[in-house]
Amino acid sequence: MAGIPHDHYEPKSGGERWLHKRLPVLGLAYDTIMIPTPKNLNWMWIWGIVLTFTLVLQIVTGIVLVMHYIPSVDQAFASVEHIMRDVNGGFMLRYMHANGASLFFVAVYLHIFRSLYYGSYKEPREVTWIIGILMYLLMMGTAFMGYVLPWGQMSFWGATVITGLFGAIPFVGESLQTWLLGGPAVGEYTLTRFFSLHYLMPMILVGLTAVHIWAFHTTGNNNPTGVEVRRTSKEDAQKDTLPFWPYFVIKDLFALALILAIFFAIVGFMPNYLGHPDNYIEANALATPAHIVPEWYFLPFYAILRAFTAEVWVVQIASFVTGGIVDAKFFGVLAMFGAILVMALAPWLDTSSVRSGRYRPMFKWWFALLVVDFFVLMWVGAMPAEEPYATISLIASAYWFAYFLVILPLLGLIEKPLPQPQTIEEDYASHYAPATGGTKTIVNPAE
Amino acid sequence: MRESPVQRYGAGKSKMEKHPVSHADDHGETRRDFLYYATAGAGAVVTGAAVWPLVNQMNPSADVQALASIRVDVSGVQPGTQLTVQWLGKPVFIRRRTQEEIDEANAVDVSTLPDPQARNANIEEGAPATDANRALAVPGEEGSEEWLVQMGVCTHLGCVPLGNAGDFNGWFCPCHGSHYDTAGRIRRGPAPTNLPVPVAAFADASTIVLG
Repeated sequence: MAGIPHDHYEPKSGGERWLHKRLPVLGLAYDTIMIPTPKNLNWMWIWGIVLTFTLVLQIVTGIVLVMHYIPSVDQAFASVEHIMRDVNGGFMLRYMHANGASLFFVAVYLHIFRSLYYGSYKEPREVTWIIGILMYLLMMGTAFMGYVLPWGQMSFWGATVITGLFGAIPFVGESLQTWLLGGPAVGEYTLTRFFSLHYLMPMILVGLTAVHIWAFHTTGNNNPTGVEVRRTSKEDAQKDTLPFWPYFVIKDLFALALILAIFFAIVGFMPNYLGHPDNYIEANALATPAHIVPEWYFLPFYAILRAFTAEVWVVQIASFVTGGIVDAKFFGVLAMFGAILVMALAPWLDTSSVRSGRYRPMFKWWFALLVVDFFVLMWVGAMPAEEPYATISLIASAYWFAYFLVILPLLGLIEKPLPQPQTIEEDYASHYAPATGGTKTIVNPAE
Repeated sequence: MRESPVQRYGAGKSKMEKHPVSHADDHGETRRDFLYYATAGAGAVVTGAAVWPLVNQMNPSADVQALASIRVDVSGVQPGTQLTVQWLGKPVFIRRRTQEEIDEANAVDVSTLPDPQARNANIEEGAPATDANRALAVPGEEGSEEWLVQMGVCTHLGCVPLGNAGDFNGWFCPCHGSHYDTAGRIRRGPAPTNLPVPVAAFADASTIVLG
């Protein structure tokens, strides 16, 4: 795919020319930062910067926390309290790191739903989408292992439940679970390996971030219309785009400043609001907390895990067909991972030729229902495993799968899309300025 | 004088021109193919040999594997109460049941249970989940059902069930709502099997050996 035509880096001074011949690093930086970006991007296109910033925040606060944390079952809990009480500013660093995880997931969910609405996952951006899903999975693994490190009750029992998911896999499950834990139950050996992996995974995320950016810089950004930037000539492309620097950088930083104001209000005034009090009790292998709840960002998928009990007919059919190999426990695990898999397959399940939800009158409503469904799942995931929550979670889980496996393929066939603008310039002009050549009815205050 | 490699290469080339044959029949190419496969094969073996220790180090270490066997003094356990001990990093429930609890467990038709197997490591595999097959008999009193020794780990996802709880007066797992009866058998909820009974025996009238 040919890139969007634009001006490339020209070394000006003698020093720049010298370096450019040997290592074109300035050219790479220039072309990355000056990438032509559709000029109609709305406020849902800020989450990439927020996510990049949060990744850096987590790595920096994490590296300094490690200077005081001790990964041992006897000292982990005490060393976290030591950070909270004795280390200079340690409470702030830990609260930023803990709430930083929540900011990370707020941003990633908005980023994912943005892509689902505006069809950013569609051809030719499938690779960007798949890499994004991989990053999301890595984020979940990193967050889960990080939550185990303070060695509180929720840490311990969360680790027990989640590694139990792997134990549900037929035939190899038990050996796999023992291999993951390093022993018969969660213990010292588990804590040390989770600490190691919690440090490793963000580094892989940095690498994948670069690949993610590389991929969408190759295809160009999507935009709210879903209409591609004109590549016929540099002049046409310039009518549809503005360089990323300074236009979008300033816009994104403004949004980031607002978001960080809210973030620091939470870190400063209600740092434990999103946490669980039980995690301030040291881990005890003999007593399970009365109500184990994962962190809020795992709740929708946790609800799907719990929804499929032995009474559900699809589970009974699966069990019958496989001769009992797929039982309710394994079915729940398959459903949870399947919920993310069907999302990853969205580029191939969506049959509509129209990219943006803005021009899809029926899709809009199904998508709105998916957003509601996500919040319903999050709500029932936090509720005890009893009626009426069990039925609600089953219905909500069913809709999640139906959206990707039934609604997306069918809508493309039966839906009559609205007319789309010919160009991004046309869409931009209809929003912000009168069309050139027509009578000037709106005065543009920016000029 | 030594022949230069370039000259030798040139000689081979001229030979090929004289006898145009397919690459597969060419002696030089066959040797090159062999080297290619040998290198790839050696590379695969070396990679595997390098990766395996990195994977295997995550398996339980020798000290963790060392099979632990513990003795538990149960002389202080009154009927209707339960002792929880830690064995191999997991809780084990040792319950001295009342006659009511035993009667309640015996009143159930085994064929109606979600898991009709005893899951008792001390008897043959696949034995029916009758109360007698689950209980640990006191020495000298064959068939006595007062003592129930079982792993305190929910067979769903590994939480510790709560005692004297649930809809069947046995155990209830707070994590995902599995109900076990007074014999530790799964009755309702997502757990697939009964609570397993570990290898256990009475060493004397008041001591149980686990493992």
